[in-house]
Amino acid sequence: MVNLEKSKDKQNPTVFIDSLSHWYGKGITRKQVLYSVSMRIEPGEVVLLTGPSGCGKTTLLTLIGALRTVDKGRLIVLGRELQGSTRKTRQLLRKNIGMIFQGHNLLRCLTAEQNVQMGSDLLSDLSYRSRRDRARQWLRAVGLEDQMDKLPHDLSGGQKQRVAIARALSAQPKLLLADEPTSALDSVTGREIVSLLKRLAIEQRCSVLMVTHDPRILDVADRLIKMEDGRLLPVIE
Amino acid sequence: MKFNFWHDRRIPLAWLLLTRQPLRLLVAIAGICFAGILMFMQLGFRDGLFDASVTVHKLFDTDLVLMSPRSMSSISMSGFPRRRLVQAMAHEDVIGTTPVNWNFLLWRNPKTLSTRAILALGFEPNDPLLLDPSFRQKAKSLKNSGRVLFDVLSREEFGPIERWFSEGKNIETEVAGKRVRVSGLVSLGPSFGADGNLITSRETFLKLLPSTPPGSIEIGLIRLKPEADTRKVIESLSRSLPNDVKVFSRQEFIDFEKNYWRTSTSIGFIFTLGAAMGFVVGCVIVYQILYSDVSDHLAEYATLMAMGYKLKSLFGVVAREGIFLAILGFVPAYISAQVLYALIRGSTKLPVAMDSQRVFLIFFLILFMCMASASVAMRRLIDADPAEIF
Repeated sequence: MVNLEKSKDKQNPTVFIDSLSHWYGKGITRKQVLYSVSMRIEPGEVVLLTGPSGCGKTTLLTLIGALRTVDKGRLIVLGRELQGSTRKTRQLLRKNIGMIFQGHNLLRCLTAEQNVQMGSDLLSDLSYRSRRDRARQWLRAVGLEDQMDKLPHDLSGGQKQRVAIARALSAQPKLLLADEPTSALDSVTGREIVSLLKRLAIEQRCSVLMVTHDPRILDVADRLIKMEDGRLLPVIE
Repeated sequence: MKFNFWHDRRIPLAWLLLTRQPLRLLVAIAGICFAGILMFMQLGFRDGLFDASVTVHKLFDTDLVLMSPRSMSSISMSGFPRRRLVQAMAHEDVIGTTPVNWNFLLWRNPKTLSTRAILALGFEPNDPLLLDPSFRQKAKSLKNSGRVLFDVLSREEFGPIERWFSEGKNIETEVAGKRVRVSGLVSLGPSFGADGNLITSRETFLKLLPSTPPGSIEIGLIRLKPEADTRKVIESLSRSLPNDVKVFSRQEFIDFEKNYWRTSTSIGFIFTLGAAMGFVVGCVIVYQILYSDVSDHLAEYATLMAMGYKLKSLFGVVAREGIFLAILGFVPAYISAQVLYALIRGSTKLPVAMDSQRVFLIFFLILFMCMASASVAMRRLIDADPAEIF
């Protein structure tokens, strides 16, 4: 575990990125997708990342989510250095990162409640009963207490995305990564989901990094970061 | 750290993955069940045939058996001089002997008049022959010439002897072209070599088969004093008797016959191969089911990895699916096999029975089959890349 110098900050940032570059492919087909990206996210901050498609947003997200190995530069998430990290380190780190995907990616064979419990089951020191109660409590928090025993198949798009949020939060993450969580939803539902996400994240003191190009939800962010062609653009407050 | 199941249990993902797709589960169970039944049948037949080859051997009231070294099996017996038994009588531990003639004769079905080979045993009606205590009484009727005792467990092709006899009919038929009369019934059981059995006196036997030299017999039964050391008697008899006879203990006599069918015929190989085929078919079916199950849920497995689940715990899910399939497939296979065994016993009269050793063997074969297939299907999981699902 790498601790940052405490003299500069009173608190360690949730995410610290310094000149991070990334390439796809090998040999002559090797293509650079991230050019020396630097940024940080503080605890409890809600950051929105926008930019045209193919600009490297999702790559940055998967790197922060410890789903890829770091090629070049420094990337520290929740105090862990990801440059040269082992598979085990990344897996343990992922337990502390909640992820919400574009498609809801719920397990088709599990009910809403069981899907959420797949998240709280990662908290291995809790008993089965308290993990289940936790799952129910989160489903109540996203307003689905009446749909607990339904399979994803029987839920609407907005409901599925709510289940996905409950699943991500039930594992007590300190960082939540969301990739276009509203893209499959109509504007009213999308807005509702994002507000819910923000409210719950703030209650948990959980940082949020959300990739979106939905202009209607930009105002929920504490900070907006724009990206183009693998580079971050100057910050607009 | 102590593992507390109730406290630490999780969502039974493997079970839910299987049961939420009932059709696929049904196909998988049917496939495993089929493979299991095939193995039960093949191994059951094999063991049944080996056991069936000694149904008569097990019934003799004897401690030692003399046989010609040229006898290969119950279906190819050679004679040896009856004098050898008299010589064996000289040993101090021998208390009694029974000379037995053993050959296949043609029996005419008294109803349809067709003929069929039947195993005929000839002995002196005063000598002990079978362990069954009620046999001595029945044997008395053989003192009259031309009388035979018919084995009621013989195949039906020999005629409705049992029914006619119990109706009080006087059953006369031909054996080897000569008239005989059924004077009683015994229960021996058909063996692999013989479809039916009859017992008669040596006198009648020699009449039916006049080519047999009167001083020649096929097996000699030797009974010993209860306190005698069987091994020592065998050694001393083997030394003192000429080499035109071999001395067997009761168990060796039974094993000799079983061994003939096991090694000198292709029965063992054929049925073991059949069981192996069942095993391979089962492997292919389970592999197909598990592989397509993993492939269909690849995105979901990747999601679980992205959430922080270990690859190992996902392997565990597939392995548990394999165990569930093995148990769910074994139970119906066991029940069907019991039913089929009963049907086979009814129609072939072969002693095909469930024995616990075979049950364990097949359970472990099925478990191995499922686990091997699961471990191959797991390799598909390695393709689940959580970075791809964003």
